[in-house]
Amino acid sequence: MNYQQFSTIQLDALKEIGNIGAGNAATSMSRLIQKKVDMEVPSIEIVAFDDVMEMVGGPEHLIVGILFQIHGKAPGMVYLLFTIEEAESLVRQMTNNDEISFTQQDELAVSALQEAGNILAGSYLTALSDFTNINMQPSVPHLSVDMAGAILTVGLLQVSEVYDFAIIINTKINDTEENNQGINGQLLLLPSPESFTKIFQALGIQSYE
Amino acid sequence: MSSKIQDQSIVKVGIADLNVVTAPDMIRTSGLGSCVGVVLYNIQKETAGMAHVMLPDSSLGKQASLNKYKYADTAIDILVDRLCSKGIRKSQLKAKLAGGAQMFQINTANDIMRIGKRNVEAVLQKLEEHKIPVESSDVGGNYGRTIEFNPQTGKLKIRTITKGEHVI
Repeated sequence: MNYQQFSTIQLDALKEIGNIGAGNAATSMSRLIQKKVDMEVPSIEIVAFDDVMEMVGGPEHLIVGILFQIHGKAPGMVYLLFTIEEAESLVRQMTNNDEISFTQQDELAVSALQEAGNILAGSYLTALSDFTNINMQPSVPHLSVDMAGAILTVGLLQVSEVYDFAIIINTKINDTEENNQGINGQLLLLPSPESFTKIFQALGIQSYE
Repeated sequence: MSSKIQDQSIVKVGIADLNVVTAPDMIRTSGLGSCVGVVLYNIQKETAGMAHVMLPDSSLGKQASLNKYKYADTAIDILVDRLCSKGIRKSQLKAKLAGGAQMFQINTANDIMRIGKRNVEAVLQKLEEHKIPVESSDVGGNYGRTIEFNPQTGKLKIRTITKGEHVI
């Protein structure tokens, strides 16, 4: 299957899947921190590898990345990406402790952030699973604080055996509270090349226009 | 040539990409994780080539049209050819390399997660085939690297987030 041959209907379906996932994730997250969490309508990005890094500020940009492998019938990867400040703000709200600062050495901060990741990625994938009727389970969270290029390449490797570009369902998580008290971040879904066919088949839109 | 000072520029190499520069220009690639940055150079000619290799072996490719810059084996062959076409003999080339980290400790049967180590091995094997000596290297670990090579001095500067900056 070639990405460039995706029909408008197929691209819209991917966007809708992302939207359903994001809605579910936002609801779970706002229950956890008792604040409104807003997730934008996702965009479908079909981008060259170098441009994937540009989506998050360039290959050398420092980011906090939590990676989940998707196990099941439609494998892939989910990334949750934050700046250090965004990660810190989220951890403070989860722990109700405004003194805490986010470093990779702080076990409490790291486990709080991983737990937030579990809830976001878990509820996102549950919604996808329910909608497509394809079993998708997140792995345990893997956290790294490093250069965007180094963190994101891991998710591109599987695709890179087949293509020179990636298709990414990109959802922004927005702060709707004043004084930067909400949460901000980015959720990327990277299905493996073979998963697109399975998703489209499940939705009955496998044939081209 | 006049003694006018030439403008120095830094040539950037992207992912699965390669390029060649001559002094005073420098060459750089950013955010290496499991990928390996390979530099082949000749100090006398003040010329260097750099490849940002993503996968070890072009036989892994399932593509109809192969991107030869993506794989260790094909990228190094091209780099050697490019440098030789600039009047440098293969026997005069030296190599430096950096990268090949494992960013996440993921336990899986899938070999793709140990790709950093395999990339380094593939690069070393290819350099051995070409009989190009490796002058220095900084590989492995679980952190990202940005590297910059100066073809005039032969020095490779490595920048990291947690381990600071050093030169090999």
